[in-house]
Amino acid sequence: MSDAALTPPVGPNDHIKGPDDASVTLVEYGDFECPYCGMAHPIVEKAQRELGRHLRFVFRHFPLGEVHPHARLAAQAAEAAGAQGRFWEMHDTLFEHQDALEPEDLVGYAKSLGLDTKQFTGDLEAGTYAKRVRDDFRSGVRSGVNGTPTFFVNGERYDGSWANEEAFLLALRAPEVTY
Amino acid sequence: MTESDRLAPNILPAGAPAPDFALNATPDQVLRLSELRGRPVILVFYPADWSPVCGDQVALYNEILPEFREYGAVILGISVDGVWCHAAFARDRKLHFPLLADFEPKGAVARMYGAYRDEDGTSERALFVLDSDGIIRWSYCSPLAVNPGADGILNALESMAGKSAPAKAGSFQGDTAEARP
Repeated sequence: MSDAALTPPVGPNDHIKGPDDASVTLVEYGDFECPYCGMAHPIVEKAQRELGRHLRFVFRHFPLGEVHPHARLAAQAAEAAGAQGRFWEMHDTLFEHQDALEPEDLVGYAKSLGLDTKQFTGDLEAGTYAKRVRDDFRSGVRSGVNGTPTFFVNGERYDGSWANEEAFLLALRAPEVTY
Repeated sequence: MTESDRLAPNILPAGAPAPDFALNATPDQVLRLSELRGRPVILVFYPADWSPVCGDQVALYNEILPEFREYGAVILGISVDGVWCHAAFARDRKLHFPLLADFEPKGAVARMYGAYRDEDGTSERALFVLDSDGIIRWSYCSPLAVNPGADGILNALESMAGKSAPAKAGSFQGDTAEARP
C-alpha cells in the first residue's frame, strides 16, 4: 500500500454498490474510454460476485479527456442515468461498449435502459453533471490517483496488480495485509 | 522532505536554491528558468518520452493543468530526449505544457539537481516545486517504475500559497464547453 489516502472518504454523494457494513470498501477511479478500465471491469464484477456482502464497491470518475475525447461526456451520461436511478446499468453498458461512445450511442443506451431520453439528452446538452464529474476528478488528484484505473482498498491506494486476478482478490479478502 | 531523503538522498532538497538553466523548449525556442521568477514552477524530470509510465505521468499532468494554474504555477517536463523527439511526443499526447530537452551536454541539468542516473543515461523520475523566488520548496524522487501522481505537487503548492487559498471548485470552467453532445 502507498501513503496515498482517499480524500474525501466514501460518503452519501458516492455511487455505492453493496452494504454499508461491508468489511471491505473498494473504490475505483475510472474512465469509461480507458481500455485498462475496460479490462478491469469484469475483474471488479468477479470480485463483487465472490465477496458478496463483504464488499462495498464505489465508482468515481477520472476521465482523462485529453487522451480520451469521449470520456467526460460518457461520465456525465452515467451521472444522468444515475439521476434516473440507473447509474450502475449505464456504468456497465459503457464499459461493455467502449468503442461506441458517441453522443448518439449514449442516447441509444439511455433508451435501451428505459430512461426518459428527453431528460437524459437535456442533461448532457446542459452539462448538468459536468461539475460533479470534475469534482470526482479533483478528489482523485488529491487522493493520489496516478492513472486509470486506480483502486483504493479501505481508503488506501492499492498499488498492487489488479490484472492479476488472484492477487487482487486476495488483497480484497485480507486488506489489512500488505502485499 | 523525509520521503525524498529516503528514496534518493542525492536530489536537491527543500530549501536549496534551484540552479538556473536554459534549455530548448522547441527547436528554435530556449526557455531560461530565471525568466519564470515571480511564479511557482514545477519541474518534472522523467526518464524518457514514450515509455509507458512517463506517458501516463505526463498525460495526468496534462489533465491537471487547470489545477496547477489556480496557483499560477508553470509546469515544465525535462528529459534527455532531443527537441524533435519531444515535439513528436507532445503532439501525439496533445500536451499543453513545455518539454525541455536536456540533451547537450546530455543530462547536464538533471545532474545539477542530483537527478541523473549514470547507470541508465537518463534522469530520475524526480519532482521539484519552486517558489516564486526560485527556491526549492518540495522535492520528491519516485521509484522509476511508479507514477508519482500529483497530490504531492498540489500539497506543496497549497502550503506555499498559505492563507491565500486557491480559487474553489466553483471557479472551474473547463468542462462546460465539452458538455454538449
